[in-house]
Amino acid sequence: MSGRAAGGRRRGPVADPDAPVTRVRARLGRWRDRLLTLAWMALIWCLLWGRFSWGNLLGGLLVGGAVLLFFPLPPVTFGGRLRLWALLELAGRFVTELVSASIHVARIAVQPGYRPRGAIIAVRLRVRTDLNLALTAEAISLVPGTLIVEVDRERGVLYVHVLDVRGPEDLTGSRDRILATEARIVRAIGSAAELRLLAAPAAPVPPTERGADR
Amino acid sequence: MNVGVVAAPGWPSVGVVADWLGAGCLVAGGLLSLAAGIGVLRFPDVLDRMHAATKPQVLGVLLLLAGVALRLRTPDDVGMIMLVAVFQLATAPVAAQMVGRAAYRSGRVDRSLLDADELADGG
Repeated sequence: MSGRAAGGRRRGPVADPDAPVTRVRARLGRWRDRLLTLAWMALIWCLLWGRFSWGNLLGGLLVGGAVLLFFPLPPVTFGGRLRLWALLELAGRFVTELVSASIHVARIAVQPGYRPRGAIIAVRLRVRTDLNLALTAEAISLVPGTLIVEVDRERGVLYVHVLDVRGPEDLTGSRDRILATEARIVRAIGSAAELRLLAAPAAPVPPTERGADR
Repeated sequence: MNVGVVAAPGWPSVGVVADWLGAGCLVAGGLLSLAAGIGVLRFPDVLDRMHAATKPQVLGVLLLLAGVALRLRTPDDVGMIMLVAVFQLATAPVAAQMVGRAAYRSGRVDRSLLDADELADGG
């Protein structure tokens, strides 16, 4: 376990990360998450007003508290750690892919007489936490030729529309790129258990299971 | 805007360089936004159009924001610009997904343009 932890997170003497935590610890964790959210919203409020003052801080805390009270969200479990180097790699790849995707889409937009073909592919993620699902979906919506059409949260499957398909190899390429994006996100913020999931070979979506509960 | 100091004789000041970089960012951002608009107009299908509305458009807005920040260079404005950029990155994919999903569910996706559809294969 590295010493660099997110937001001063303390790790107890429990060696097994999957061991059940006590109710008190879970409660403390929820309150810490709420406080962090409140502080974040107060900061955004101050930024929106363009200056830091006691009045703005108080207003931000009031508005943030009201948002937390009236629009409660399901808790997002963050079991991992932030790894600086992997985060930088994620950010760097994200920017380069955003630029290349933008140029690609812009080029086929202005190319005269060109009608791009598309496809919808199902990609099963290896780490099925809400946070990973949301981050991966956000990231791949902005990178080369892919856009989320549907999310199956239970089974961790993303249905992705691919733009400008010229052959089957484009579909495999997109699938590999999506899984690589997921791997980068997990390496940047995932827990040790989630990292182990990455090492396992990517399972294709079994046809019998796919859409069985639809 | 003579904020910067002259580094060496014959070299432009930091302010001039930032102004020119900002101008370049503004032009590039404008061109990308134009291409995004053309894409939304020309692409044959809702899903293709959402591609145009998320990728060149987001980068175009980011470049425009960077250009404005490089020319303004005041901390208040840069803070606000960063906030706009963060919200743009966070919300554009969500909006595109909601539109794409609604289009797919209501059957407004042109199947003849799709090479494969693994969402339909399962259902």
